[in-house]
Amino acid sequence: MTIRLEPRVQPPGWLSAAITFAAVGVALVISGVIIAVVGGDPVRSYIHILNAAFGSIGVLSDTLVKATPLLLTGLACALAFRMRLWNIGAEGQFLLGAWGASAVVLAPILPPGTPGFIVIPTMMLAGAAAGGIWGLIPGVLRARLGVNEIITTLMLNYVALFWVQFWVFGPWSEGGFQQTAAFPPEAFLPRLTDFASSVPAFDGLTVQLGLVFGLVAAGIVWLFLERSRWGYEIRLAGDSQRAARYAGVDIARNVIVVFAISGALAGLAGMSEVSGVVHRLQDRISPGYGFTAIIIAYLARFDPFKVIVASVLFGALILAGREIQPSGVPAMIQGIILFSLIVAEVFVRYRVRIERSVAAA
Amino acid sequence: MDFSLILAAGIATGTALLFAAVGEIFAERAGVMNLGVEGMMLMGAVAGFSTAVSTGNPWLGVVLAMLTGGIISLLHAVVAIHLRADQVVSGLALTFLGSGLARVFGEGLSNAGATALLPRLTIPLLSEVPIAGKIFFLDQSVLVYVGYLLVPLAWFWINRTRPGLHLRAVGESPAAADAQGIGVYRLRYAYVFVGGLLAGLAGATITLAVSPGWFGEQTTNGRGWIAVGLVIFAQWSPLRAAFGAYLFGTISRFIIDVQGVDTILGTTNPFQAGRSATFFLEMVPYLLVVLVVVIGSREAARKRVGAPAALGTPYVRGERGA
Amino acid sequence: MTAATPAQPARTATPAIEAVGVVKSFPGVLANDHVDFDLQPGEIHALLGENGAGKSTLMNIFAGLYRQDEGEIRIEGRSAAFRSPRDAIAAGLGMVHQHFTLVPSQTVSENILLGLDRPRFLLDPHGSEDEIRRLAAQFRLQVDPRAKIWQLSVGEQQRVEILKMLYRGARILIMDEPTAVLAPQEVEELFRTLRAMTTAGRSVVFISHKLKEVIAIADRITVMRRGRVTAAGLPAAGATPVELARLMVGRDLLEVYERTPFAPGEVLLSARDVEADNDRGLPALRGVSLDVRAGEIVGIAAVAGNGQAELAQVITGLRPCRGIVTVGGRRTSNLSPGHAIRQGVAHVPEDRTGEGSAPNLSVADNLIMKRFREAPVSRGWLINGAVARALAESLKDEYAIAAPSLDTPARLLSGGNLQRLILAREIETNPALLVACQPTRGLDVWAIETIHRLLLELRQHGAAILLVSGDLDEILALADRIDVMYEGRIVGSFDARTADLQKIGLLMTGGDGGSEPPTAAVDAGGTLGSS
Repeated sequence: MTIRLEPRVQPPGWLSAAITFAAVGVALVISGVIIAVVGGDPVRSYIHILNAAFGSIGVLSDTLVKATPLLLTGLACALAFRMRLWNIGAEGQFLLGAWGASAVVLAPILPPGTPGFIVIPTMMLAGAAAGGIWGLIPGVLRARLGVNEIITTLMLNYVALFWVQFWVFGPWSEGGFQQTAAFPPEAFLPRLTDFASSVPAFDGLTVQLGLVFGLVAAGIVWLFLERSRWGYEIRLAGDSQRAARYAGVDIARNVIVVFAISGALAGLAGMSEVSGVVHRLQDRISPGYGFTAIIIAYLARFDPFKVIVASVLFGALILAGREIQPSGVPAMIQGIILFSLIVAEVFVRYRVRIERSVAAA
Repeated sequence: MDFSLILAAGIATGTALLFAAVGEIFAERAGVMNLGVEGMMLMGAVAGFSTAVSTGNPWLGVVLAMLTGGIISLLHAVVAIHLRADQVVSGLALTFLGSGLARVFGEGLSNAGATALLPRLTIPLLSEVPIAGKIFFLDQSVLVYVGYLLVPLAWFWINRTRPGLHLRAVGESPAAADAQGIGVYRLRYAYVFVGGLLAGLAGATITLAVSPGWFGEQTTNGRGWIAVGLVIFAQWSPLRAAFGAYLFGTISRFIIDVQGVDTILGTTNPFQAGRSATFFLEMVPYLLVVLVVVIGSREAARKRVGAPAALGTPYVRGERGA
Repeated sequence: MTAATPAQPARTATPAIEAVGVVKSFPGVLANDHVDFDLQPGEIHALLGENGAGKSTLMNIFAGLYRQDEGEIRIEGRSAAFRSPRDAIAAGLGMVHQHFTLVPSQTVSENILLGLDRPRFLLDPHGSEDEIRRLAAQFRLQVDPRAKIWQLSVGEQQRVEILKMLYRGARILIMDEPTAVLAPQEVEELFRTLRAMTTAGRSVVFISHKLKEVIAIADRITVMRRGRVTAAGLPAAGATPVELARLMVGRDLLEVYERTPFAPGEVLLSARDVEADNDRGLPALRGVSLDVRAGEIVGIAAVAGNGQAELAQVITGLRPCRGIVTVGGRRTSNLSPGHAIRQGVAHVPEDRTGEGSAPNLSVADNLIMKRFREAPVSRGWLINGAVARALAESLKDEYAIAAPSLDTPARLLSGGNLQRLILAREIETNPALLVACQPTRGLDVWAIETIHRLLLELRQHGAAILLVSGDLDEILALADRIDVMYEGRIVGSFDARTADLQKIGLLMTGGDGGSEPPTAAVDAGGTLGSS
């Protein structure tokens, strides 16, 4: 018996979506079995996730809060992956972005008392710039010296972690705790609940302006990728570097630019998190947003709009997963989902034929 | 500080990196890039440690660690070899899965306390050799000696034997190997599995010999990724990988030891444990990997020896080229 | 089971290998439709057919790479069911593929030992080298066992392939288009080796689409067309190219292309003292100077690996160099591919799937590859989708690119359609200079004809064309002038109308064009069916 993979000439449009959903379903079943094996109750876990993530307008708002950094880092990954640049460093770029934004009020770059309409844009700029520079390093190494970007981005994640820890434990530490002093209110991104005095229904809803950054960024990334000359170059280079070079595309420049923008998007996510949610810089500010972003980008097939949907799903998983025991379950589910997606991809691209071997004689 | 002690401890720490890197060299020499080393190591670490805790037999732990690493590596093998999926994404998925599963199965293990560890040996005559004897052969874990044996064996296997010739052919030119009747898929599965076995062993080396215990993802703390970086630096040679692994082992030991000292050269030690400057010290190994990979890439470009030509590309009979 | 029984000398021996009623289909193609074939011991049996006729499929079944759907393979009278190439090799059957199956980073002897059962474990480099040298001497195959494959010329690599099979004790050698990459003199050496083999009692299947060559070397000829045998086992003595051509393509081949008289204009491409390194950092071009004028096709005749690929890359801006290249009077060398494109340099690269197209992008996206920077396809920093599609649509129709839709990924196009797509795109830019590398390699006769016509049409419109081709016939059919390259230098330049094939062949292999032609020369050139 042999298994043959035959390329599909034109995969029907619905197939890709159907198989993606099926893959997530299968992944959840497999994860459920594992949860049951280690003594958990998968059905209760999943119901808990659903309730804790979507059960009320309040928790839905919390889900969106978790989805915001995922959306921006997911876009960062989707953009880089489109050019087949494996930026695994969104985590580090996120941390640097958070640090850069914090520096605006903690260093401080702007004097205390500066009005919010100056502080917020400066923080956005500083966060995006810090993340962008952190992305630029592996980009330049890859473009100029041919250094494998997977390794460099990963290693820079660890460096970024220690860098933030240094500031949080050292110069910016508040009374020796693993966090800085709280930001002044001018440095807060507005949340829905801030408007509860005029719209009572917003009371307690923590969704913040960062989500809008993410949605706008998704639109811009889509426009650039699908409709612009530059996006055409990225797609061309992503499919075949040699064909792109042959078509006159400056690969090295594009690698650097894509890495810088990717890093800036992740950096903006970090800014949004410190300015909109945590209101200070602290150790362990990210539960691995930058890594989940990789799965999100893949689940969305690098399509910016689908990244929005995927990040909400994973936002739910992270939010609700905090209370699930054992603590590794969400990470495990993510790994299983990614594996099922990869296998699913095969079913989209190929028709799988299982044939009994035809005797030759 | 007694430098021979740091070096001796560094060799032990480096042994885990060595196993993982040599395993990855085997897989990559066969043309399959497996970025799941970190996940496989964590699985090996948790399997080895929990077996040793529950049975009291560390050897059984080693065996189970290797099997666990090997078995989950097959997941990557199926996806990368038969299903022709992108090896980068599949490897990442393996790391996610391995880390997640290891944490699930390792739940509660961090409070398991002490367990029987692998024996430590001193080699009678060799340990008497000045300097080197104390570093390499005095009171080292038995796995360290396994590492000493593995390196020349791996080199010999790859370069001087028929199976090694076939391994290299499969990684360089699978079409050529296939035309000579060499089972490309079979060999790729075999070497990905070997890579998994060794990554599992690397995990057990940490939890059962070098720094016993289970600390969640902190157990490996990115050492699987460092091993992947070392492979590039080593230019796919086990001998260079050994050098790199021991060097990194020593550096990471040195970083720990430096934090225990009050004064350096008569001044207060800025890197003493508890001071924030230690975080810069902690960065060093990771920055060093970046440096080492840059060096490796440049050297490879200059000498025009590079990755196995078919690395990362699935082989389909009848399809030419990449 | 419709084997024709041709007039042939009665043969009584059991065939060395025999195919009876072999059927093999691939998705959408019936590659072998009840094919019969037999090879007698000690003979050279040619299998003639154009690309896609099913020759290689049949041979891959012989070699154990494919399994037939129906029918039977017999080796020396016994039914054989090969499960893998290993079984075929064990049965004494060795195949030399058109694309060599050698490991470039390994040595000659390592390649020869690859896949064998002995020595079982430890390699003994010195012992095996002696045996390789002995075999090489017996069959006149000069090659150094310790050399790495990538250091060898194409001709030498082919010798390694043959040695590999002989070392395995192959009694039957299958050679798939062995002369496609060789210069005339190398062809001659190959033929001597093949004859030495048949003298030693071994047999050869010789696959080719070159008529004269087949008549020169084979004892018998079997012709295939579209998966079927159209003539089985014709005696080569007495066969004529015209007859074979008709059997092969089902109609008479055109004598020569009609072309406008040669009326060259100004010099459009000028290269002066160009030197460049290849990918391994070794000198590939050692001072090349050449001119191509408007309305002129200059053909570069060279054996693969003599710098012609690097020359094309230097001109199109893909490779840095020393010296100077100008197009239309302005420098293009050492700038960028984008710069060359803006200077009006079009390029049909040798690697259609890897370089000339983006396999997973749509036909439409592939068609705008050279146009997306300029209005009207671009509109500021955006791409005007409607204009881009309209352009693609018109090119698809005009150049008869058969694709289900404009959104079909380019990888799903056949070789001929893909090449038409590339030519359509390049010609549409209205280039001053077209650099065409191996424009018809691997295509069927019909596709070749369209491509040739397109090139001649472009010439008529006053473009300069540099044609790099490994196929001397193609160069003779198209070029106005022929420059011969050897080891990175241009060693001879000829007017195509009066070119002396012998001389060109000698120069291509490093000989001195002025010396006496060799006595037992084989006429490997000549346009298909031109006699």
